[in-house]
Amino acid sequence: MTASDLSRRALLAAAPALAAASAAAQGAAQTLLNVSYDPTRELYREFNAAFAASWAGRGNPRPTINTSHGGSGRQARSVIDGLAADVLTLALAYDIDEVAERGFLARDWQRRLPHNSSPYTSTIVLLVRRGNPKRIRDWGDLLQSGVSIVTPNPKTSGGARWNYLAFWAWALRQPGGNERTAEQAVTQLYRQVPVLDTGARGSLTTFVQRNVGDVFLSWENEAHLALQEFPQAGLEIVYPRLSILAEPPVAVVDQNVDRRGTRVIAQAYLEHLYSTEGQQLAAKHHYRPRDAAVLEANAARFPRVELVTVDDVFGGWQRAQAAHFNDGGIFDRIHRPGGR
Amino acid sequence: MSTTLALPFAVPRRRALPGFGLSLGVTLLWLGVIVVIPLGALALKPWELGLHGVLAVLLDARTLAAFRLSFGVALAAAAIAVPLGLLFAWVIVRYRFPGRRILDAAVDLPFALPTAVAGLALTALFATNGWLGQPLQEWFGWKIAFTPWGVGVALLFVALPFAVRTVEPVLRDLPADMEEAAATLGATRLQTLRRVVLPALAPATLTGFALGFARAVGEYGSVIFIAGNMPMLSEIAPLLIVVKLEQFDYAAAAAIGLGMLALSFVILLSLNLLGRALRRGTA
Repeated sequence: MTASDLSRRALLAAAPALAAASAAAQGAAQTLLNVSYDPTRELYREFNAAFAASWAGRGNPRPTINTSHGGSGRQARSVIDGLAADVLTLALAYDIDEVAERGFLARDWQRRLPHNSSPYTSTIVLLVRRGNPKRIRDWGDLLQSGVSIVTPNPKTSGGARWNYLAFWAWALRQPGGNERTAEQAVTQLYRQVPVLDTGARGSLTTFVQRNVGDVFLSWENEAHLALQEFPQAGLEIVYPRLSILAEPPVAVVDQNVDRRGTRVIAQAYLEHLYSTEGQQLAAKHHYRPRDAAVLEANAARFPRVELVTVDDVFGGWQRAQAAHFNDGGIFDRIHRPGGR
Repeated sequence: MSTTLALPFAVPRRRALPGFGLSLGVTLLWLGVIVVIPLGALALKPWELGLHGVLAVLLDARTLAAFRLSFGVALAAAAIAVPLGLLFAWVIVRYRFPGRRILDAAVDLPFALPTAVAGLALTALFATNGWLGQPLQEWFGWKIAFTPWGVGVALLFVALPFAVRTVEPVLRDLPADMEEAAATLGATRLQTLRRVVLPALAPATLTGFALGFARAVGEYGSVIFIAGNMPMLSEIAPLLIVVKLEQFDYAAAAAIGLGMLALSFVILLSLNLLGRALRRGTA
């Protein structure tokens, strides 16, 4: 604590000097660091090139854009520990909230860009093996005996939290559904999970290459990626009738862009995600675009699913995190000896 | 200085080799930067929770289960690695055969290989569709990957080179005339081994055990791929630290780290004392 505080203070002390230096260098090519999560690798590789071209087209020197990928929570921690991210593009709002909590950006960051600062959305789908041998059509089919489910640990994976919440939202909707029956259903679900990997990519490996489990709970875009990556496996995507609207949010990190003098370009970078070009790239990489026209043009690739939001069902990420995933939360009770 | 010059018979206070002050200074600086300050920060961090909070984290059923698994399996892996390592060192030192040097070099591979690679390879091998996992499952009904046994396999992998490399030089330097003397005095080969060779190797073996254990107990990279990571069953203590960090609970993560550090220290210290007693016994 003391050591990292010291280094942070040293960095802050050096900040004005750095800001002056970057102001002096105005007109020179800028660099931008986007700290993102795992499955966005392919999207941002293409988007970075597109934005750099567009930014250069507006009479600026061509910028260098770097993107760092990793588990969403770990990425947020790197920024808290001093990684100088200009923008964050993470898996869930809770992770950016934690960075904001420590003063790196304004607490109301999520109101600064349209659509809850989420330029694209995704949802959770079911990935099954060739021919769907266990006949899985919807969430309820997962609870049949003999069905083995692969999903990462919600304690360590942002995507796994969306999986959990999607299933919980479904359980609440069942006849007579309430918090208690939902907890029972979730407990039953995780009893049928043989392996809890730490991240979504690890779980996908377990499912596809280790041949563990009958169904893999997946981000929609990861499921499509899996079909492309492992064509010989014959995997099939099953769209449940109801799922959750996953909103991976984006934000400018105030403290870092002010220090580095990159606020203008960072803001433009995020706004470009909302442009037609950005939206088309999102759709191309199987993220659901917000732009109605782009969504319409890609309607065939995004089957209609009734989507509920974390705000509506759980009262926002902070409350969902506290009730379900923090220590002593509902997820912990599932594995407690003698737990319900 | 001037006094030594004034007294011609006084023993000069200079050491035979120069540079004691400088070398000690550099040593202390490095030790401070690399070891003492980070560990000091680790020791301070948990107390943000207060004594009660630290105990609550450490005595939680899930933490205790993870500690039992991590320490139990690390000790078991080190215990299995020791006889295997002894055998291995024996083969490399005492026999000459083609490919001996390659075998000798291969022992060190677990040192060099990124542990994540080792974890992936072991998982692929021992999964129920893997080369070894499939026959084991079909013939004996054993499941290795994604069970606590998988943790054991990964820890054995990282502990083995320590068991070999600590024993090997001692075995190499063991004078052959001791064994010859034993033989001329009428000892059988088994007696020579048991009464002459093994006691001489005991301290090195113990060091190998301690190093192997220390390496295994903190292992993370290879284990998470093969363990299955089920809470209460196959979740290792280092993973629990990562889980706490994912919740931005730095203090609780540090508390578990401190717990592991303290427990490891006690175990290594007792092994050290045992080693000293052994050495005094054989001397």
